[in-house]
Amino acid sequence: MIKTGAEILIECLKNEGVDIVFGYPGGQVIPLYDKLYDSDLRHILVRHEQGAAHAADGYARVTGKVGVCIATSGPGATNLVTGIATAYMDSIPIVAITGQVKSHLLGKDSFQEADIVGITMPIVKHSYIVKDIKELAATVKEAFYIARTGRPGPVIIDVPSDIQLSSIEYSPLTEIKVKGYCYDDNFINGNVDEMLDLIGKAQRPIIAAGGGIIASGAHNELLEFAEKLNIPVVTTLMAVGAFDTDHPLCLGMLGMHGTRYANYAVCQCDLFIAIGMRFDDRVTGDPGQFAKDAKKIQIDIDDAEIGKIVPVDMGIVGDAAKILGEALKRLSCNPVNSDRRDWINRVRELREEYPLKFEESGTLKPQYVIKRIYELTEGKAIITTDVGEHQMWAAQYNKSKIQRSFLTSGGLGTMGYGFPAAIGAQAAFPGKTVICISGDGSFQMNSQELMTAVRYNLPVIIAIVNNGYLGMVRQWQELLYNERYSETDIKEQPDFVKLAEAYGAVGMRVTKKEEVDDCILKAINLRKTILIDFVVDRFENVYPFVPAGSTLDNMIGG
Amino acid sequence: MKHILSVLVNDTPGVVTRVSALFSKRNYNIKSFVGCETHIPGTSTLIIVVYGDDEIIEQITKQLRKLIDVIEVSDITQKKHVSRELVLIRVKADTKVRSEIIQIVDIFRANIVDFQNSSLMIEATGDEDKIDALVEALKSFEILEIVKTGEISMVRKNV
Repeated sequence: MIKTGAEILIECLKNEGVDIVFGYPGGQVIPLYDKLYDSDLRHILVRHEQGAAHAADGYARVTGKVGVCIATSGPGATNLVTGIATAYMDSIPIVAITGQVKSHLLGKDSFQEADIVGITMPIVKHSYIVKDIKELAATVKEAFYIARTGRPGPVIIDVPSDIQLSSIEYSPLTEIKVKGYCYDDNFINGNVDEMLDLIGKAQRPIIAAGGGIIASGAHNELLEFAEKLNIPVVTTLMAVGAFDTDHPLCLGMLGMHGTRYANYAVCQCDLFIAIGMRFDDRVTGDPGQFAKDAKKIQIDIDDAEIGKIVPVDMGIVGDAAKILGEALKRLSCNPVNSDRRDWINRVRELREEYPLKFEESGTLKPQYVIKRIYELTEGKAIITTDVGEHQMWAAQYNKSKIQRSFLTSGGLGTMGYGFPAAIGAQAAFPGKTVICISGDGSFQMNSQELMTAVRYNLPVIIAIVNNGYLGMVRQWQELLYNERYSETDIKEQPDFVKLAEAYGAVGMRVTKKEEVDDCILKAINLRKTILIDFVVDRFENVYPFVPAGSTLDNMIGG
Repeated sequence: MKHILSVLVNDTPGVVTRVSALFSKRNYNIKSFVGCETHIPGTSTLIIVVYGDDEIIEQITKQLRKLIDVIEVSDITQKKHVSRELVLIRVKADTKVRSEIIQIVDIFRANIVDFQNSSLMIEATGDEDKIDALVEALKSFEILEIVKTGEISMVRKNV
């Protein structure tokens, strides 16, 4: 059948199982939007393209599918960049479709022309500019295949508007072959027996679970592996929810704002088993001193991650669930030593000695707000966060135990991520409770998306932990820069309640501890877009705190 | 340590940018970078010379392999190989020194490819040492201009 480029694009998206796209029209994607108008593909109109990229990312994180966003050429495309970089750093599969000026205008600094493929090259897994309509269908298929397989990541497809308008005979592709890229689900490169041997010999092993556990869906394998071998588990920020925090083997988050007991345990272990985590500097502190008495095993789907930051004694390349599954299979016929009474006792002592704590009396504490959100939702809500102090408190006090229910910008640390990501998550699961825990600074980076949430009746709850500061920077200034609070006091705020109301959302304000529960419960039950402005203690800091580049046992506070 | 990477890539627009951008993004220095078509339609070979310790080179190699358009990466430094550079040198050469320069050119089995009243253009191919030695020898005269290609290399093997 003869179809236009725009029609082919939509057909191809549907063939890939896409049900929702997030986007914003503009001159060079009108042909695509014109065909969307007639299609049954659900389009969610954001109010800024950055919101579209983050929403697609949020959708991808909760569903495990590829998120899709659409923007026009030039400024539309460049507005996606922060969202694409965020997805790249956290290995989230998204496909970004950008309109481009007509082929014959390319390279002439035409109106709204930007070389988006060139601009995004360092922050995508791969990118395409489609210069021939014959390549369009194969390009879309390749893009989705590349985005979702192996180490997932963002892929961009730039489509000149004349390609969207031109026509060709189209029949759906069933197979593609990408020369130079081939992903095999079952590929394992490394010696699983040798790993089990090392674990059997270890007295004080520890597992560090990263975002790869979630990407691979290795939740159950990890639990069984840890239980069978009796190994305590620490998680990175990206793996919050990947291992039940209430489990006796769980030590919570490690790193800069990790628990004292997680960091001490890492410093004392003799075998460090990294699974799907990439030794980010926020996790390791000084990499030269990281778990320095321990042998290290690293499991990762990306060969280039093995030993990139911290040298390891052995690496296994492959999918985490497959590798752990393989290990469990071998353990059932050939068990190794799993008696670690002393180590488990030691870890339990550490946990009892250095619990996460905060002062509950006096003014409203941000930690209390997050703790109550967690308790009142029974840990079942999908939580998204922005970036800053509230993000770390959320990671500490929201003890998620469900995979894909804690969405946060880990690698890039993108303020403004949380709210549009919550919109993406809520669009994917309209019936679930989705709460964006944000800061007064972060929220203002994408507050315009209130209109999007209201227009589509998405009952996202925005919980602003409002301290009138760019709190994380303020905290560094207090502790490391002699209390010189350069440009971090943002006491002059919009009235967030009125702001919400201006967009047709519900606004509420909480200033006292006694009001917290009622307000959260009311928000959960109302099923509307709701913003709650929690006015909290201005000077509360996130503890514990490992200063950047220091060693993990050198913690301040907590 | 010097490493020579031979990288087979899909000959798609932007592939050189992707590869070179990877080097600048990761803060690795490139000494030379040469790209050309191969006998296989749709593919190119890039010969990239970089300096770094084994860990850095391993990381570069792995990052290169991750690029979708990269088909194959091999570090041929330790294999038996032939390396060549091409250089063009313009030297000031009046009648007094001309014969002396021609002698040097002969010794290096180089060629004179342009002859003017007061200058000569010399063309030479060879490995890095030979080219450096020729340039050194001509330094006692007045070198007016040098243009040099990067290094290309091929493994010696019996196929």
